Amino acid sequence: MSSEGIDKSRRRFLTAATSVVGGAGVVAVAVPFLSSWNPSARAQSAGAPVEANISKLEPGAQIIVKWQGKPVWVVRRDEKALATLDEITPQLRDPDSNESIQPEYCKNHTRSIKPEYLVVVGICTHLGCSPSFRPEITADWLGGFFCPCHGSKFDFAARVHKGVPAPTNLVIPPHKYVSDDVVLIGEDGVA
Amino acid sequence: MSKQNNLLGWIDARFPLTKMWEEHLSKYYAPKNFNFWYFFGSLALLVLVIQIVTGIFLTMQYKPDAALAFSSVEYIMRDVDWGWLIRYLHSTGASAFFVVVYLHMFRGLMYGSYQKPRELIWLFGMFIFLALMAEAFMGYLLPWGQMSYWGAQVIISLFGAIPVIGDDLTLWIRGDFVIADATLNRFFALHVIAVPLILIMLVVMHILALHEVGSNNPDGVEIKKNKDENGIPLDGIPFHPYYSVKDIVGVVVFLMIFSAVVFFMPEMNGYFLEYANFEPANPFKTPEHIAPVWYFTPFYAILRAVPDKLMGVIGMFAAIIVLFLLPWFDRGKVHSIRYRSTAFKGLLVMFVISFIGLGYLGALPATEGRTWFARLFTLGYFGYFIGLWFISKNEKTKPVPERVTS
Repeated sequence: MSSEGIDKSRRRFLTAATSVVGGAGVVAVAVPFLSSWNPSARAQSAGAPVEANISKLEPGAQIIVKWQGKPVWVVRRDEKALATLDEITPQLRDPDSNESIQPEYCKNHTRSIKPEYLVVVGICTHLGCSPSFRPEITADWLGGFFCPCHGSKFDFAARVHKGVPAPTNLVIPPHKYVSDDVVLIGEDGVA
Repeated sequence: MSKQNNLLGWIDARFPLTKMWEEHLSKYYAPKNFNFWYFFGSLALLVLVIQIVTGIFLTMQYKPDAALAFSSVEYIMRDVDWGWLIRYLHSTGASAFFVVVYLHMFRGLMYGSYQKPRELIWLFGMFIFLALMAEAFMGYLLPWGQMSYWGAQVIISLFGAIPVIGDDLTLWIRGDFVIADATLNRFFALHVIAVPLILIMLVVMHILALHEVGSNNPDGVEIKKNKDENGIPLDGIPFHPYYSVKDIVGVVVFLMIFSAVVFFMPEMNGYFLEYANFEPANPFKTPEHIAPVWYFTPFYAILRAVPDKLMGVIGMFAAIIVLFLLPWFDRGKVHSIRYRSTAFKGLLVMFVISFIGLGYLGALPATEGRTWFARLFTLGYFGYFIGLWFISKNEKTKPVPERVTS
């Protein structure tokens, strides 16, 4: 075939234009496939708020409720535990929770609505393990939570210690008190 | 002409059967001086076949459902005829794959098999390694035991360290707010279809690239430089029957060791199958000590050695990326360790010690002292690549022979 009389720039333009249109088509088709990996409607509805009854929670005890499939702890702190929160401040990375995630109404000294009750997502901010509750206060441990995976430590307000791998304090979920005995986890508002 | 030749002729006119047979087997000339280290390429292919066959049979009994997965694996182990054997072949095969591939890669480091003109063979090989790690990681979630669950939770959380998009990315990977049924189901799909397809394609490309440039050898000299009057390398012998038969010896020895593990120690004291995984996944309780399976421990130790979350993740991925770039870190012209400098040998020894040291530490709980050793070994690991860049430019090498030596 003779290549005389071929308009090369026209051919190049048409090739490029076809490629661009084809490429846009591929991108468009990729969207539904990639979106199918997002949490489904069912998974999202499982993320609905849950109620926790705290009427039988003894001081110093912890209960675990499931919200969005995650463990959420409700811890009732006694006077001794609350007293450690000041003492421990120099050992903390983010004592005022400026870098951490919590609702605005829990960005306070005790990281809670009521000082006595701590409501917190029990998933380490390092790599997602679930720390264990270590309330015993000893000479070198002022109480709190310890993550067995990579040794991160948190105080009684779930604030992270310095020099451990977890970067921020544990996450406080949105929650509100429906009554004195019932806390609703997953919904905002101070009742 | 016999009947068979007629049939072959009929096929050859329609499909390049004889041509392919000759190009890749009967007229593929491999150096005659291959040694022990050259068994591991063909063994890797054997393990791939074992994994695919046992894997297909496992999918016939396994249920990729968070409520059923754990018990379906127990069902395979206890109630399915020979189910235990098929599963142990598959789980031991996973570890055997990494043993064979690590030795295969070490061969490449020793004899400069990644150097010009074999950079693409090395790159395809590295992509195989990457696909293999993805395959192993996703396969490990499927039994839905405690270690499956929390191991996956930790590894997926690594992506959360990426600034800005991290959290949305982990949510997208999991398909739920935590590791859940959605995660298990998609990992199953990737493990049995997507990644194996990619693996097989990469293996084909790896071998095509190898057969295009020809195999390296323990002397690191190009056999294509010395050819006889027919254009056949003087130091080459046809792969089939010479190496195909020789490889059978390797296969027999390998299968003896492999069977011994499958029948007598399939758990390998918790290194091949971790004990925490005999307990069903519990999203509320993390096991006291999380350790990845042995083949990931060197990279896990690097992750833990760095005190910062994001930097730790970057360090771990960098450990893989530097391996990809190895052909460009090494600026030397001499391929084989036999003719390279003492400095090179020293670096390689340091690298091997660091890699094994990291692997050992990564399997243990971290303590203050161990973390310092892990940092030292991390420096040793990366030091190999940086050191190689410096020493290889004006390396004092021994004279390389014209022809292969043995």
